[in-house]
Amino acid sequence: MSGEKQDFFDNPNNIHNMLRVFYVICALLFAADFVVHRHTEFRFEGLPGFYPIYGFVGCVILVFAAKWMRTFLMRPEDYYDKRELTDLNNDDSDGIDALSHEDTNTSVSGGHQRV
Amino acid sequence: MFEVAPFIPFFIAAALGLFLRGWMRAVLFIAVPVVGLANLWLLGAGGAAIEFGHYAILDFNLLLFKADKLSLLFGYLFHIAALISVIYALHVRDTLQQVASMLYAGSALGAVFAGDLLTLFIFWELLALTSVFLVWARRSGRAYVAGLRYFTLHILSGLLLLGGIIFYGQTHGTLEFGQIGLDGNVLDNPASWMIFLAFGIKCAFPFFHNWLTDAYPESTPTGTVFLSAFTTKVAVYALARAYPGTELLVYIGATMACFPIFYAVIENDLRRVLAYSLINQLGFMVVGIGIGTSLAINGAVAHAFNDVIFKGLLFMSMGAVLHVTGKINGSELGGLYKKMPKTTVLCIIGAASISAFPLFSGFVSKSMVMSAAIKNGYDWVWLILLFASAGVFHHAGIKIPYFAFFAHDAKLPAREPPVNMLIAMSIAAALCLVIGIYPQALYSLLPYEISYTPYDVTHVLTQLQLLFFSALAFVWLNLRHLYPPELPSVNLDVEWIYRRLVPDALRGLFNRLFALDNRLRSAAVGGVARLVEGVASHHRADGIMARNWLTGSMVAGVVLLLGIYLILGWL
Repeated sequence: MSGEKQDFFDNPNNIHNMLRVFYVICALLFAADFVVHRHTEFRFEGLPGFYPIYGFVGCVILVFAAKWMRTFLMRPEDYYDKRELTDLNNDDSDGIDALSHEDTNTSVSGGHQRV
Repeated sequence: MFEVAPFIPFFIAAALGLFLRGWMRAVLFIAVPVVGLANLWLLGAGGAAIEFGHYAILDFNLLLFKADKLSLLFGYLFHIAALISVIYALHVRDTLQQVASMLYAGSALGAVFAGDLLTLFIFWELLALTSVFLVWARRSGRAYVAGLRYFTLHILSGLLLLGGIIFYGQTHGTLEFGQIGLDGNVLDNPASWMIFLAFGIKCAFPFFHNWLTDAYPESTPTGTVFLSAFTTKVAVYALARAYPGTELLVYIGATMACFPIFYAVIENDLRRVLAYSLINQLGFMVVGIGIGTSLAINGAVAHAFNDVIFKGLLFMSMGAVLHVTGKINGSELGGLYKKMPKTTVLCIIGAASISAFPLFSGFVSKSMVMSAAIKNGYDWVWLILLFASAGVFHHAGIKIPYFAFFAHDAKLPAREPPVNMLIAMSIAAALCLVIGIYPQALYSLLPYEISYTPYDVTHVLTQLQLLFFSALAFVWLNLRHLYPPELPSVNLDVEWIYRRLVPDALRGLFNRLFALDNRLRSAAVGGVARLVEGVASHHRADGIMARNWLTGSMVAGVVLLLGIYLILGWL
């Protein structure tokens, strides 16, 4: 896609142009519903614009619902860790010292794995 | 061709892998899946069902290898997945991981060709036993505890399977692995419900799905690629073999397709996003199995085939990001396309495939399940699946590439991953395109003969409309700053019950028990102390027992005693 040109997406004009092309494609796809005869099997499916509207509305609902879910599901990043890893480090009897002594943060990519 | 059960070469290679190093191990590990695939292809070329490897334990006649078109398809798939994953992991200098992954791939092959339930059970447990080392191989505290939870749930699944097998053997008198079905209620037919639940745990049914989102993102960059290929697909195979047409599966599958996408939208760890989307894709397969018509089953297994490859590709691209940058959280990544252009393109191919863009592999299989749903009158399920299709594009198709490679430039030091990783990703990407462009190659391997054409005007147009307008929603939300930002966080899920509620409850219970115990002990000690003190107080100076007695009172006592004898003598 943009691999060859280093700063393609850094230029706001390029992004605007891409978005414009994208909007045109969306408009054409929507218009196609009134031109192309689709064979349908489901009762709403035949309505012009069913798929575009379903896709758009579905995704907006999805995102708003997910945002709302954050209000009661979201916890700090160390919510589980602070207790589970403390238990682990206090518990010396299981022979897991070797495991738990290494990095316990999230971004271990495993130094031993690098070439 | 050789009549060798496909798992045996993998196990032998794993044993040799303990002693070999460097290019010798690399050649061996690549050769095993390649030769195995060729051999299996020749075995399956006849078209008839094949079986060999009869053996007996106690009174049971068991069968190591039994193949029909269904198991052969999974057999081919697992060889391809093993090959891609092995190449992806060639740079890893960790014998534990290398050996465990070969054993794991072999166990999956053993399970899909198991002719009877007991053999299936053995490989079922081996899958758990070998794969947990891929989680632990990360060697972090989080991976250790996540691995323990993963292992516990899988052993539970294995025990349920064993219990089910015992009941099944008693009622049916045979252990042959075929259609079981879910007739009657739990009490009438405990065997089939126990086996169903055992399969369900491995298939990440709702409420049992957190082992997947918990353990997979904690594994190593290469380990997760192996993990995503085998365990859940063995479960899909087992469900397709034993429970096709079970209506309950349609609703379970629709739930699985739907709820994870909400979590995927707000999840920060991009490999955990993929884990949630893995459950979402499994949902499509489970719905297909539940519908049970030949089109639906074909769609389910074809989707399993494609999913292993495109989900593997996505996990590989995120693994490459993690390997190179050491980071995987969306909040810490961004702008990598400049430094990792090849990985970016490969990731986008995977994203297009999972989103079921026309000409990519997801399109040719997902549409079969969708068509089957609507043809069999599951209108609501169809609407849910359509919503899930839009949602999967949203979180896996757009979110993954966008937050990793585009979005704001995090200015991380990065470079392209090692060549072997790029080769593995390229093979997977090529397969995604080949299957998408020429679906007949895959269709000819499916268990049922069908004539299905995914590419007609209606399908292509409606799918493009759905996807482009989903993308439009993303663009609109992003431009209006309504899209939820990537936040470092943990989102509560069912796992909260066994990671927080139960441990807290047990902790509280034990604390209270210890407090009660403490109080009882101190009360008892206090009581004894008081008793001793009381006794001692009578013996101390001035105590009753320590006093000197007067001679007169002793004489009075003797007189009293003699008096009593006198009275007794009279009576």
